[in-house]
Amino acid sequence: MSESKAQKRDLRFRLVDGLYLAMIVLPLLAAILLKIFTNLPTGAEGLSITGARVFVRIPFPLMDILITEAMVNAWLILITIIGACLFLAHGITVKGGGIRQIAAEWVVEKAEGIIRDNMEPVFHAGYTPFIMTILAISACSSLMSLIGVFPPTADVNIIAGWSILVFILITKNKLKAGVGSYAKGFLEPIPVMLPMNILGEVATPVSMTFRHFGNVLSGTVIASLVAWALGGLTSLLLGWLPGFLGDIPFFNVGIPAVLSVYFDIFSGCIQAYIFAMLTMLNISGAYPGDDVLAERAAKRQKRKAQIAN
Amino acid sequence: MEAIAVAIILGCCALGAGICMGIGAVGPGIGEGHAVANACEAIGRQPEAKGAVTSTMIMGCAISETTGIYALVIAILLIFVAPITMVNALKAFINPGA
Repeated sequence: MSESKAQKRDLRFRLVDGLYLAMIVLPLLAAILLKIFTNLPTGAEGLSITGARVFVRIPFPLMDILITEAMVNAWLILITIIGACLFLAHGITVKGGGIRQIAAEWVVEKAEGIIRDNMEPVFHAGYTPFIMTILAISACSSLMSLIGVFPPTADVNIIAGWSILVFILITKNKLKAGVGSYAKGFLEPIPVMLPMNILGEVATPVSMTFRHFGNVLSGTVIASLVAWALGGLTSLLLGWLPGFLGDIPFFNVGIPAVLSVYFDIFSGCIQAYIFAMLTMLNISGAYPGDDVLAERAAKRQKRKAQIAN
Repeated sequence: MEAIAVAIILGCCALGAGICMGIGAVGPGIGEGHAVANACEAIGRQPEAKGAVTSTMIMGCAISETTGIYALVIAILLIFVAPITMVNALKAFINPGA
């Protein structure tokens, strides 16, 4: 009786495992299929570098809402990341389990270590999931170009969305010191600096966006330029081969992969790390400090006591 | 006449992209070279701190690369985006009705 129960539980465990694995793999397959079925040849020859393709255009009063390739790929990679997290966390026990639990614990410990090294103590508990989400989405989105689909990070709008989130968090932490002192911060060191300070505030998300976007974009552009040039070189040198052999771009095999190692793997991971690092440093730097907050709380209490009297 | 104007636009876009990338690459090049030289010196003096020095150097290099990346983005916009929009604007300016 108990044995069949255990068997049943084992079966259910495997079933859920399979579901999570499908959650990891199916979105990537869907992205590849989407690329294959929507990337119809236009007949245009030569090199063309365009942004993300627009799938659906929803009419909207102020501005049409576009559902682009980058957005769809970003949603698909989100499902993959959620599936990977659930897969790693599935079947965790207090006693300690197999390799999967060790891997999950290692990831969490590393994440908490990075946060502990770079942020103020107040942020340790609450900000780890946010920072790690940004790191994982950014890295996985950049690595998506390895399977041949449009990486969401090559679209400036996606990264601008993340940067605006970070900007909101920075402003929220600056406002902890009070609206008055936040506004006064723009007039320092002298009131003439007001436009410069506003510009500096806006420059943070803009520079974060363009740093990440420019790095991924440069990889995409240089890879397509090299592929195009190698195709031209092949037809120049090997174009005399008979029949269909002359149409095959032989030089395109393997040589662009060397560039891909740098631009797709190294640069993508480094940019994800830098984006997460800057997020941490900016949010941590916006925090006014424990003593300022304590002073403020004491002042408020004093005022309350005065009103009560 | 229109062909000359379009040619001027295309030529100026290409020239602008070249100048932008050429001058914009100087600063990050010098800065990153400086950073890497000092990191090598630090590793030579203190080989046991290699890991920390290397990770900090890569972080700093990526940040000092930012201005070069801005130049690159502007150069790419000048080559692939600006000519189309400017030629369209020119055509709309010449034939307002069409």
